[in-house]
Parts: sequence; C-alpha cells; structure tokens
Amino acid sequence: MAITNIKNLKEFSTANERFEGAHLLCPGCAHSMIVRELMNATDDNLVIASNTGCLEVSTAVYPYTSWDTSWIHIGFENAATAVSGAEAMYKARKRKGTLKDPDAPVKFVAFGGDGSTYDIGFQWLSGAVERGHDFTYICLDNENYANTGGQRSSATPIGAHTSTAQAGRVSYGKKEKKKDLVAIMAAHGAPYVAQLAPNKWKIMAKGFQKALETEGPCFINTVSACTTEWKFDPKDTIHITDLATDTLMFPIYEIINGHELNILYRPKNIIPVEEYLAAQGRYKHLFKPENRHVIEQIQKEINEKWEYLQRREEARV
Amino acid sequence: MSRGVLATEKRGIRELGAEEFVGWDEVTQGVILPSFESELKENVSHIRPEERDYSDFNSYTATVASWRVIKPVYNRDICIDCQNCWVWCPDTSIISRDKQMLGIDYDHCKGCGVCVEVCPTNPKSLLMFGEAEETEDALAKWPEKKKKAK
Repeated sequence: MAITNIKNLKEFSTANERFEGAHLLCPGCAHSMIVRELMNATDDNLVIASNTGCLEVSTAVYPYTSWDTSWIHIGFENAATAVSGAEAMYKARKRKGTLKDPDAPVKFVAFGGDGSTYDIGFQWLSGAVERGHDFTYICLDNENYANTGGQRSSATPIGAHTSTAQAGRVSYGKKEKKKDLVAIMAAHGAPYVAQLAPNKWKIMAKGFQKALETEGPCFINTVSACTTEWKFDPKDTIHITDLATDTLMFPIYEIINGHELNILYRPKNIIPVEEYLAAQGRYKHLFKPENRHVIEQIQKEINEKWEYLQRREEARV
Repeated sequence: MSRGVLATEKRGIRELGAEEFVGWDEVTQGVILPSFESELKENVSHIRPEERDYSDFNSYTATVASWRVIKPVYNRDICIDCQNCWVWCPDTSIISRDKQMLGIDYDHCKGCGVCVEVCPTNPKSLLMFGEAEETEDALAKWPEKKKKAK
C-alpha cells in the first residue's frame, strides 16, 4: 500500500492535505490535528464516517464540506455501523466485479467523540468489532460532550468539573472514574488497539498506519485537548497534551491481538499530576484544602495504572 | 512553483453566511455535497491543493479570517523549516511545499497561536501580532536572540 514516508517531519510535510480549512472547530482544537494527521499518513482512498459530535457538526456546515474524501454522516451512535456497511458493500462489489477501479486501495475509517464512543455508540462499535469488518475506529477523546455544552461522559475523569457534574460546596465535580475503553476494546480480541496523543506526532502517525494496514477492526483512542471545556488558552493545546502524556494521565501504548501490550512512549521525567491539573480551569477547585484528597487519589491511580501497564508489557499476556 | 500557492483564486472567496444556497431546513436526508467540480481522474492525495478544482461546496472556498483578533506573522530569515507548525496547525493554514515552509494561509487561520508555541527557533520565526498590524511593521519589531540564562 502507498504510505506516506514519515521518517522525519520534513518528509511527512510533503503530503497533500485532504482536510480543508474554514471548518468551524474552535481555534486550537486538537480534533483537526488528529484528523489531518490520519489523512496525511496514507495515500490511499479513504471512506470516512463520523458520529455526531464537534467534528461532524463543524466540518459539514451546510453548504460546506471540509472533506476531500468520501465522508458519511448519519446518527450520533452509528459511524461504526455505517462504515462497516460501506466496507461490506465494497467487498461485495469487488467480488461481483462492478467496481470502477477495483485495484485502488481503499481504507475505511470511523471517527467518534468520546460521548459517542464511550457511551452512546458503544453497542454499535462493539458489534462492528465483533463482526470483524476491516475498518479503523478513532475516538477523539476530549472527556466530555463538548458539542452540547460540556456535559459529563463516561470518559470524564474523576474530579473534573462539567456542566452536569458541577464542582461547588457539596461536590468536587465528577465522582466516578473514567471507563477504560482501550482495555474493553482489547478484550474484543481486536487485532490492533492503541491509545495515542497528537503531541507525539511520529508515534501517532505510525500507529495510524499500523491500524490502516492491519486487516480487521482496529480501535484507537486519541487524547484531544478541548480548549473550551478544559478551560485553557487555545495556544496551549500541545503544551497541555505534553503534560497529559508526561504525567501519565494518558499513557501511550498499543495492544496487539488483545494480549501483546507495548508501551510506545516512556517519559524521561514523570511529572506529578498536579501540574497537569493546575493548567486547566476544570480542575481549579481541586486545589482547595478540602478537595486535596482527590488529587492524591488521581496520582495514586495513575501510579497503579502505570505499574499495571509495565507488568503487562513484561508478562506478554 | 510557488505560483498560486500562497494566493489561490479559489481560496477564501466567500465570507461565511454570504452564500446563496437553500436553507438548512430545505435540505433533505441523503444530500450529497461534491468537494470538487468534476470527477477526479486520480486519487486526490496525488493532486496538490493549488491544482485541484474545488467546488463551491468545499470549505476551502470559504474564509474564517473574521474570527481572528491576533494573527501569526512569519519571518523567513529565522525559519529552519522544521515543520512543527505544519504538523500541529489545526486549520490547515501552514503552507508547506517540497519540505519548505512558504507562509500562512490567512483565509483559514483562526489565530489560535499553536504554531507560535511549537516554534523551536530563537527568537521564534512565528510571532503573534494584532490583526491590524502590517507585516513589514511586524517584521521590523522582531525581537533579538535571547541569551540563555546562566
């Protein structure tokens, strides 16, 4: 397959963009960084489906489309279903010989936000992965329903302030832990499951290429910093993502065939999670004396998770 | 080679909201918006943006320049073509061809400032200035190289 050379950034920058500007995502949104990176990582034709979410409503504002490839939008939950339908039809037409250009490589990709992936579209995604369609599902995880005003989702981490899990006198924000969707998707036995971040562009582009090359359903969770709901300055998107990966709030790793875990990025200096929390407005209340225990709890859980990942990598089970 | 790259005929010809199309409530399910005027003869990833025949439906023909209050200004003399700004620009607004950074697409730039933050040179080769600032004035104000604090 034709793959863009990503030996270094200069080589990578010769890719011809297929995602156009003048979409209406917020300034500094990480969604479009991730989408651009995926589309630049390959030369193949792409068939993309989007769940309802920030990405979908901002890139297809009538009368405009920002996509230079085939792009389908249906409901909030069924990008995985739509793209598996497209893939099934492609296979059928290939078998019957009714394709115009049967040799042209085509890749099927679905994008969803964390609301539509962790919560609303979870059943559809699970079904599509179980049926074993050849597609890549990419979750743009900004940890809330940013499109509708920042409600909590099951991807929102403990302690975060959201519009439906407010921090105040009686509460410190969301009280429940984040769902470990990467582990759940790996448990489906999917051939390639990963968690990636846009600040590590090379790891991310390679992960995308691996997922596109792999036959069968692949799932990638990407951290997408949200300037509006995480409450930080738009210019700091990459800085916040750096903090997310270096505090190990978002460890970067892949799981192959449901058991072979590889850690893809080990920070040289692991930063205490306080720095990541202090950089965002949604965690401001945690620094009050009565909420300090939540920070300690978050740090403890991060340490346990990192220990767990390292052990799994060693054990290969 | 740079003909029509930094200022293409098609790009940013319309303000958002100034289009003459049917309203969103008149659109029926299953509507298809073509990104290009005619059917492509080859894979779109093999055609450079300045050689594509964008249709009026492509957001390439629209502009979001009015969102901006500050804008990035590019200083060619300091740039090392590392392409950090290109890979992290959320609005496809850094124009790079043949491994060279050519400039900023002011029709699609929203002025978020990510490019300035990720620029590794000293002084930075991209800096934010007020939207009304002329490019020459901005370049004249460029800061000197900062010495490392010992």
